[in-house]
Amino acid sequence: MAKKIRVLIAKPGLDGHDRGAKIVARALRDAGMEVVYTGLRQSPEDIVEAAIQEDVDAIGLSCLSGAHMTLFPAVVRLLRRRRASDIVVAGGGIIPDEDVPRLKKAGIKAVFGPGTPLSEIVAFFRDAAK
Amino acid sequence: MVHPGELQRIERRLRNWEETTLRGSLKKQPESRKEFVTISGVPVGSLYTPLDLGTKSYEERLGMPGEYPFTRGIHPTMYRGRLWTMRMFAGYGDAEDTNRRFKYLIEHGETGLSVAFDMPTLYGYDTDAPEAKGEFGTCGVAVSSLRDMETLFGGIDVASVSTSMTINSPASVLWAMYLAMAEERKIPWTKLRGTIQNDILKEYQAQKEWIFPPEPSMRLVVDTFEFGSKHVPQWNTISISGYHIREAGATALQELAFTLANGLEYARWGTDRGLKIDEFAPRLSFFFNAHNDLFEEIAKYRAARRIWAREMKETFRAKNMRSWLLRFHTQTAGVSLTAQQPEVNIVRTAIQALAAVLGGTQSLHTNSYDEAYQVPAEKAVRIALRTQQILAYESGVANTVDPLGGSYCVEALTDEMEDGAYKYFDRIEALGGVIPAIRKGFFQQEIANSAYRYQKEIEDKDRVIVGVNDFIVDEPTVVEALRVTNEALARQLRRLRTVRKERDPGKHAKAMERLTKACEGEQNTVAYLLDAVRAHATLGEICDAMREVFGVWEEPLLY
Repeated sequence: MAKKIRVLIAKPGLDGHDRGAKIVARALRDAGMEVVYTGLRQSPEDIVEAAIQEDVDAIGLSCLSGAHMTLFPAVVRLLRRRRASDIVVAGGGIIPDEDVPRLKKAGIKAVFGPGTPLSEIVAFFRDAAK
Repeated sequence: MVHPGELQRIERRLRNWEETTLRGSLKKQPESRKEFVTISGVPVGSLYTPLDLGTKSYEERLGMPGEYPFTRGIHPTMYRGRLWTMRMFAGYGDAEDTNRRFKYLIEHGETGLSVAFDMPTLYGYDTDAPEAKGEFGTCGVAVSSLRDMETLFGGIDVASVSTSMTINSPASVLWAMYLAMAEERKIPWTKLRGTIQNDILKEYQAQKEWIFPPEPSMRLVVDTFEFGSKHVPQWNTISISGYHIREAGATALQELAFTLANGLEYARWGTDRGLKIDEFAPRLSFFFNAHNDLFEEIAKYRAARRIWAREMKETFRAKNMRSWLLRFHTQTAGVSLTAQQPEVNIVRTAIQALAAVLGGTQSLHTNSYDEAYQVPAEKAVRIALRTQQILAYESGVANTVDPLGGSYCVEALTDEMEDGAYKYFDRIEALGGVIPAIRKGFFQQEIANSAYRYQKEIEDKDRVIVGVNDFIVDEPTVVEALRVTNEALARQLRRLRTVRKERDPGKHAKAMERLTKACEGEQNTVAYLLDAVRAHATLGEICDAMREVFGVWEEPLLY
């Protein structure tokens, strides 16, 4: 049997809007993945530590406060520093279109804005783990 | 409501109609869906008649506006006397940016102020705290000190305008800053009108901007009830909020039930402190969401008034009629705004605002169409405000009190809401009350389940969201950008440095020490907070001191 895909869903920064993160966590679980949900207010350090400890294939970051340009790239940088760049990072939330190219350049593999179908997110994480 | 003989006649007529006219019609044209449900997933009937209203009397169910049980509204003339307050939630960048936005809104006809604070402020951090990195001014305005508060209201007459502040865990600190700001301007506190949200229970349940554990948090809340009733009599010391519960995914019924359960919990904590219910209940206010399902929302507001009046009168034995009144603010549903075809959000917001007005709201915020992207730009805010003005001055809906009263549909939905809320009260009671239920994750799980169900309905296209899963266009969206500037951050950091440098260190240290002692003891903390902010202690310093005494909350993890 194939190894189950493991995904860490994390909320970096201070914002408490966890509706999206929780829905995505549940959708991935329903799609047969193993999901670790970190809860709120995780620093990039906390998130990277949890990802390594939990041996996940991918990280999904959710941020609605507008702090994504600071927090998302920080996670990728720390993964690199910990030699864990094989862990794929994606993000979602209230993210202006013009920020997307910069986030991608910073190593965020995909950015999911409001209204993204869950099926698209599930498909991304499935491919990411291949 | 209707004579029993008449009810029998109506029932015969209805059966006959079902077997003849309706059956014939369905044969030719069946209904397009197996079941019709509200946006909350509650089945709704195709037709309501007097039969749905049972035997409850008009008096029992409705009464007259301005009289118990207030189903029809809290004022005898409602909007004919005075329109609702048009209160737009605003805040971004530093206090100067937001002060400009306030003046813009006043200039365009808003009638009350409402402050949105940024994430670090909501969480009790100064702008220069490491935890605040990247979060300055994005979701609201940063207020770290009394100087910021003064700047925020510079040139605005706070004696004549009411101000609402969406602040919870550190609510009493920001309130102390507001009171100290008024004091400096020689405005007596008795003249101040406004609201602090100060609703910590829904933070644990939904909005998640908590700092301390429930018990010390509740103590801080009751401290404001006590202080306010003595010194700031026109201030609403709490706005018990369903808004965020709904935004986090709850149904309309869950929003209603959890909010009122929280309200009753605050009332219990107040009376447990030894306050008389009539001393503080008149200053308890409420805040609800307005989503797209028009009749469901209207029913929710009407049921809320009736339940609260009954509980205050019957359970808490309040004698003052003002204690029975459920006064509420409404905000249209942020969560209903789509990033796709954002202009269409103007229509959604108009329908939601209509629900609030038909439901008898006391004040209203209408969301701007660009808010699926950002804190709104000026033009978008102006359109949102204009939406309220059209309802007020052009639509005619404000001319009659509770114009939907007596609608078989709305009355039946109102009764259903009420019954459903009491069922939830029983479940919460069975878990040991609101705080034990929070510890068990009850509300959080209920909300997450509803949010997931709603999302699945959209995924499966059981529910159409225009522009998102149907009626899609492939065109780039154009939204006027609003960005927080580096200059604003620089100004804010400079102000903070100046405050720390120029204050009297001896006075500051002494006020902080006395505050810590008060927190450790049992005194009312508000007077000590006032001294601390007068000595220019910053929000972060004060909250750090309180974190030290009270500890911090860790929530049960679930999804």
